[in-house]
Amino acid sequence: MNIEVLTYTEVKSVDGEPGNFRVRMIKRPRYIDESKCTGCTTCVEYCPVRYPDKFNQKISSNKAVHIYFSQAVPLIAFIDESCLYLKDSKCRICEGVCKNDAIDFAQKEERIEINVGAIILAPGFEPFTPDITDQYGYGRRQNVVTSMDFERLMCATGPYEGEILRASDMKHPHNVAWIQCIGSRQSGKSPEAGNSYCSAVCCEYTQKQVILTKDHDPDARCTVFHNDIRAYGKDFERFYQRAENLSDVRFIRSYVSIVKEDPVTKNITIRYNTADEGVKEEEFDMVVLSIGLNPPVDHKELAETFGIELNSHGFCKTDPSNPMRTTRPGIFVSGTFQGPVDIPESVFTASGAGSQCADFLEYRRGNLNTKRVYPPERDVSGEEPRIGVFVCHCGANIGRVVDVPSAVEYALTLPNVVHAQEQLFSCATNSAKEITDMIQEKKLNRVVLAACSPRTLDALFRDTVREGGLNQYYFEFANIREHCSWVHSKEKEEATEKALDLIRMSVARAALLEPLQEFDLPVTKAALVVGGGIAGMTSALSIAEQGYKVHLLEKEKDLGGMARKIYSTLDKLDVQKHLNDLIRKVYQNPGIRVYSESVITDTSGYVGNFITRVKSQKGVSEIKHGVTIIATGADVYEPTEYLYGQNGKIITSLELEKMIVQKDMKITGSKKLVMIQCVGCRNEDRNYCSRVCCGESIKNALELKERHPGMDIYILYRDIRAYGYAEDYYREARSKKIRFIRYEPDSKPVVKIIKEKKKSIINITVMDQTLKKKVAIDADALVLAAAAVPSANTQKIAQLFGLSLSLDGFFKEAHVKLKPVEFAADGIYLCGTAHYPKLISETISQAYGAAGRALTILSHDTIVASGSVCELDENKCIGCGACVTACTYGAVQLRQSKKGNKAEIIPVLCKGCGLCNAKCPTGAIQLKHFTDKEIISQIDSVFVKKREEEKKERVEAAV
Amino acid sequence: MCSGRVDPEFVFRAFANGMDGVFIGGCILNECNYITNGNYHALNMVLLCKKIMEHMGLNPERLRIEFMSSGEGMVYVDVVNDFVSRIKELGPVGKAEGISEDELSLKLAEVRKLIPYIKIVKKEKLQVRIGSKDEYPEFYSNNEIDELFSDVVSYYIDPEKCRACMLCARNCPVGAIESAKNQVHVIDQYRCIKCNTCYEVCPEKFGAVTKIIAAPVPDPIPVENRAITKKES
Repeated sequence: MNIEVLTYTEVKSVDGEPGNFRVRMIKRPRYIDESKCTGCTTCVEYCPVRYPDKFNQKISSNKAVHIYFSQAVPLIAFIDESCLYLKDSKCRICEGVCKNDAIDFAQKEERIEINVGAIILAPGFEPFTPDITDQYGYGRRQNVVTSMDFERLMCATGPYEGEILRASDMKHPHNVAWIQCIGSRQSGKSPEAGNSYCSAVCCEYTQKQVILTKDHDPDARCTVFHNDIRAYGKDFERFYQRAENLSDVRFIRSYVSIVKEDPVTKNITIRYNTADEGVKEEEFDMVVLSIGLNPPVDHKELAETFGIELNSHGFCKTDPSNPMRTTRPGIFVSGTFQGPVDIPESVFTASGAGSQCADFLEYRRGNLNTKRVYPPERDVSGEEPRIGVFVCHCGANIGRVVDVPSAVEYALTLPNVVHAQEQLFSCATNSAKEITDMIQEKKLNRVVLAACSPRTLDALFRDTVREGGLNQYYFEFANIREHCSWVHSKEKEEATEKALDLIRMSVARAALLEPLQEFDLPVTKAALVVGGGIAGMTSALSIAEQGYKVHLLEKEKDLGGMARKIYSTLDKLDVQKHLNDLIRKVYQNPGIRVYSESVITDTSGYVGNFITRVKSQKGVSEIKHGVTIIATGADVYEPTEYLYGQNGKIITSLELEKMIVQKDMKITGSKKLVMIQCVGCRNEDRNYCSRVCCGESIKNALELKERHPGMDIYILYRDIRAYGYAEDYYREARSKKIRFIRYEPDSKPVVKIIKEKKKSIINITVMDQTLKKKVAIDADALVLAAAAVPSANTQKIAQLFGLSLSLDGFFKEAHVKLKPVEFAADGIYLCGTAHYPKLISETISQAYGAAGRALTILSHDTIVASGSVCELDENKCIGCGACVTACTYGAVQLRQSKKGNKAEIIPVLCKGCGLCNAKCPTGAIQLKHFTDKEIISQIDSVFVKKREEEKKERVEAAV
Repeated sequence: MCSGRVDPEFVFRAFANGMDGVFIGGCILNECNYITNGNYHALNMVLLCKKIMEHMGLNPERLRIEFMSSGEGMVYVDVVNDFVSRIKELGPVGKAEGISEDELSLKLAEVRKLIPYIKIVKKEKLQVRIGSKDEYPEFYSNNEIDELFSDVVSYYIDPEKCRACMLCARNCPVGAIESAKNQVHVIDQYRCIKCNTCYEVCPEKFGAVTKIIAAPVPDPIPVENRAITKKES
């Protein structure tokens, strides 16, 4: 209700200052009255114009009037430039068929001006388009598609309803090749070949496409031609293995060229070159170009309009110490306009940008909130059910198939139904009014709406019922559109029969519905932040700056965490300066209380109301807090391999970084230095990539080269995972003659120490996989890129707070893509390397993101818990505990009572899944709104006719 | 609400109502948007129900669970069409299996009555997340199900030992124990769900509740003989 969506609208200018911007916009005409269109798509059906469908990559066609895609918000139609009337003033068929008069050709461009305090830019990216003249021949060869095309082909709402078909012959391709890095990682010599940076997402989405292709067609042959595989994200390494281990899937490390297209079969022949087998040619049914990410098409105009600067790649220029900040105060950026990032990063930068906007809006928080006022709820507990049934035509969507008048007539014969009527569009404003009026006029106490899916409009009609003075849970949907008229459009009689069944089932359930209360719980307006590194301090400050109390726990004497050992980043952030600034701000902030040398002894409670006991140098404290942020960081692996610890010149990357800064000549005076990547991870013990080490080694190597240009530096690697802009530094490193040698895990480098006179030499031999040649290097120093590992107390913290860990021992977020800073348990959030190894800039983004999520709780006086949660009848509970095991939210617990073990439900933690209900042998636990009785009433009423006959027989027999 | 909410009672109730097939749709395995993964619970429950159906002589194909996402409309259509045509092939429930209508409703009534008991006996197993499709057929074995039904436990209050302390009656979750002061308590076998509660709460010194496995329960003593005279202690 507090979000106004302006679609089809362009920003023209932004004046003013942070806290008070004036934004001028132009809203283009969609030729549809948004307040009248119900999204029924009748107009789409009658529109005579077929036009390439942009959403489906123009592979299939759509109509001039259409809904952009099936999940569009708002879910209403618009008319595009292909419309016959707009072009030649002909046609106007849609006007005639729209039963709600929503078509409005008189619409004109509209100028809109609004005042806002802060702005977030989230324009996304533009997929790279391969040049038609390049060697791949996209646009010339029918069976060469981009990954975006392929994505649509695989999708159930795609051009062929989820069938992957070749454009040339409409047949399923069985032998598909992907070519990686199209438009990415290019040298920059020919701009049309694409960008210099790595697009950061293509390796992963290709693996996903391979897996989905195999799902579509288990016999498909999939071949991926790649450069480095950059599986740097959480769980990516395992995902890569999953794809690679499927049958008939090959990952081939090779540059490729397309040799020819067969004139008859239109198959594509690819030439590639591997060290093992030399040059080969192979034919494929379809070739997918894994295209990268470009800045939005209009990035220059965007920059000009909003008065922000861009970086050299055309993305938004951001501050490494706060990647959501643009060069203009009060304007923030999130998602891929920051540069190529994956979904989790987009989500947490969105949350982080949102929370930082609040800094500019803080003084007027809540002033513009609109709150709905509902009439008082009528108490109907003493009344017999009085059900009103409304049957919707949905224009022609239902009415053309289902005999609506006879459905209304039938509804009136059902028990407890006192009113039934038809409506053209129940979701139109006037129809909703009709429902509330009828509730009052006929004293209805339950409403059944036979219309569409509750997925889209359930909330709207609950609201309608509330407007009528009824509890919102007295509403029941019968879906006679998606479940009936749309799927049985050719069997009208049967469809009507089915609609009657569905209505009867809903009426049966409606009679049993109970009023439920969504209850308010008070919120303790304080946050507990566990961990005083960059992540913890950044979130603590973000929360405290908005006026809430923060308790910051640090296990060491001093704040700072792992960042104390890091001095710079690839993008030239002075880490120590940033860290000292942060620490100073934390101590200066009166809202933050720091507990150093702290140990958590106990924690309990739930969202809004946690209590945690802590021992620290402040003594023993009991902290009450509404939210918890876990920012406990990660540790560095201490290598047991490559003779680490046996020679002072074999050190880790972090140790090297310190020596460089301290100008310690012991190592930095070396003539020859070797770095080995992937030490302690990407192996059986730790099956993940530590994400930061490639960048770390490149950074150190460049730094050393800068200071000692004569030094020979070798980096022994498996894949260089310099994702995003880091690719530019990787290229710089190569150009500065830093030597990169690729090894395979089954022939790892071998390190020996050779004593020669007074000097000892570190001898490293490795199989160079590119040259297929053994290389021996006599080095003065060896640097190991040691893995990042979960911090030592991770398990303990997880146990205390009831959190789960992922397979690799890092904290497990609620959803790897969509909820990267939340835990499954409400009110507990996650950021920094406790989640997974990540760069400092990423840590900062996630810390702001976690703070943003936490603030959504802290900024309210109460939180609302759903009414549809489980309830326990203690007398029926036998304390068997089946419910406790079934519940993954910790919402059911066993406790001792005088009557023995009894379950107890904590309603705020309950998500209403009902697993415990299904496990309960005695029916003691009931999921409200979906009780056994309610569901069984529906099951029984399916066969009500038969049962009635039986009953009659029984009665007769008894008499 | 999650697919894991589906109760075996819903399934057998539908068959008892004369439904010829029951279909359960769940989200794709391992793609739970929460941490519930309740579709595994649904799958587990379905495998159990299928074996029970086999035990009863019903074709287990009448019950099907499939996993799909909300974006897979076409998959759903294919699955439902396939299921409907398979059920049509099979014909009406019971009749097609050569079970008379009366026998079927008796059998279903018996199974439904035992659902609480089955939930208790299979409590741990019903929570297991089944690893792979290969495990489906034998996750519950036929022997196991035969035993489940042949070794059904009943509870009986020994009139000689009952001291009419009311503990069992008060703790019975379904109110299946007829009790009164100084009256021998009697379990109403029709309402009893065999949850073991009475057995557990009956004071050790009385030991009046006995477990009877795979044998008939003695008839309840007539109401007029239920009075007990208190012995001196």
